[in-house]
Amino acid sequence: MSEANNPIEVTRRTVVETGTTALLLAALPRAALGGSPDIDRSTPAATVELEINSHSYRLELDPRTTLLDALREHLALTGTKKGCDHGQCGACTVLIEGRRINSCLTLAMMHDGQSITTIEGLADSERLHPMQAAFVEHDGFQCGYCTSGQICSAVGMLGEARAGMPSYATADLTNPQPELTDAEIRERMSGNICRCAAYPNIVAAIKQSAGSPS
Amino acid sequence: MKAFTYARAATPAQAAAATLKPGAKLIAGGTNLLDLMKLQVETPSELVDINRLPLDKIEDSPDGGLRIGATVRNSDLAADPRVRQRYGVLSRALLAGASAQLRNKATTAGNLLQRTRCYYFYDVTKPCNKRSPGSGCAALAGFNRIHAILGTSEHCIATNPSDMAVAMRALDARVETVNDKGEARQVPIAEFHRLPGNTPQIETALKPGELITAVTLPPPPPGLQIYRKVRDRASYAFALVSVAAVVDAAGGRIRSARLAFGGLAPKPWRSPGAEQKLAGAPANAATYNAAASAVLDEARGFGGNDFKIPLLRRTLHAVLSEITRT
Repeated sequence: MSEANNPIEVTRRTVVETGTTALLLAALPRAALGGSPDIDRSTPAATVELEINSHSYRLELDPRTTLLDALREHLALTGTKKGCDHGQCGACTVLIEGRRINSCLTLAMMHDGQSITTIEGLADSERLHPMQAAFVEHDGFQCGYCTSGQICSAVGMLGEARAGMPSYATADLTNPQPELTDAEIRERMSGNICRCAAYPNIVAAIKQSAGSPS
Repeated sequence: MKAFTYARAATPAQAAAATLKPGAKLIAGGTNLLDLMKLQVETPSELVDINRLPLDKIEDSPDGGLRIGATVRNSDLAADPRVRQRYGVLSRALLAGASAQLRNKATTAGNLLQRTRCYYFYDVTKPCNKRSPGSGCAALAGFNRIHAILGTSEHCIATNPSDMAVAMRALDARVETVNDKGEARQVPIAEFHRLPGNTPQIETALKPGELITAVTLPPPPPGLQIYRKVRDRASYAFALVSVAAVVDAAGGRIRSARLAFGGLAPKPWRSPGAEQKLAGAPANAATYNAAASAVLDEARGFGGNDFKIPLLRRTLHAVLSEITRT
């Protein structure tokens, strides 16, 4: 993957070119270790390799480091937001091997060797991902803090819906391809809270994106 | 979060052996454990990651049932075609729980082992016999709107928060384990979760040195299946009251019924008395009320949760009306 495809993340930090782009960021300050006020720095660091937005990163981390803190505090990928830090708001949603998860409730160490997509990895260079474009077109946000989580979640959700996965709103569980109605979208997106309540526009954006190829 | 070392288990027996070490905890999805660690309710000194063990398959059993691996994700279990077609109550219960992001991580075994959401259990500045045995129960005279009305003790009134386990209780699931010596055993789900009694800190029949490897389901019982969950908002909230029902009815008569309840008790609750009232009875309001009375025979509210008694009565009535309508 060339630098041009991902202009945001790597250029901000010292880069060691080794075929794929590799970063060794052991010396960076560890600003966040799970929100605990009494940080014990005695734990030996452990090494993890993550593939984030098609770049390989090798990090030495305190094992307590959540994936969210690894992204934000160690890789300067601050597009992924910390809201509640307890898996309740969805602002930290990222895709691991295409599946959406809360990055605040998982340890970076647990994802060694796995492929992670964050909001920074969705666009194709300057061309927005269709879901991003749809959020802009439908004004699917107000303050914008939950938006990267909403968009990553929506991309993951469409993948689940295309795979025929049901939701609590699915009337007939035996239907292998439930239709993505407004009620289905709302239920499937209930893990992403929007304090500004931009929900009607978020639903409209997702509905448009669901109908377009991506 | 307190400091810990991190290791990955290479085999199930190794993971089972790791639980014998003081301070060691297994981690799979981590959606509950890490939350508790951030709050220092849990302070393991060693985490052993079992995500890469080969326990993530859903297989047909020779008896016509299913064997669900311990690390099968809740979302994958809910979406499995066999579960959707033959164990709809389980699929629905899973889909009623948490959010899509959490279900993508949460595992079968982790769901069975998840801890109560009692506010006082989560608040390390408050007494809690479950978190700190002997310290007292702040919920008894505190805010106890979400707490249990059945199976409580003077030491703990916390509820089991799982939806999945309620459906599994109705389906007579069995929990398969292996220990550090490689010995396997099966525990009926009825005996897996324990009532608090004098030891609310002991929540399951799992022994030190034991790892859950799978949950097995017998062939589906006859009848229709419903999971009804009543909660404070329409999605992404724990149950105030939930009912898993498997009812075989025809021509206005109930042949057999299985009922399991969530939000009522420290474990997924079955009521043999209520099921007896339904078996062979006409499908009408008098029967449903008799069943509800049997469930609630020994129910006791603690003030904030008194509403659960009429709520359960009405919810059960609605479920039984719906499931016998055809």
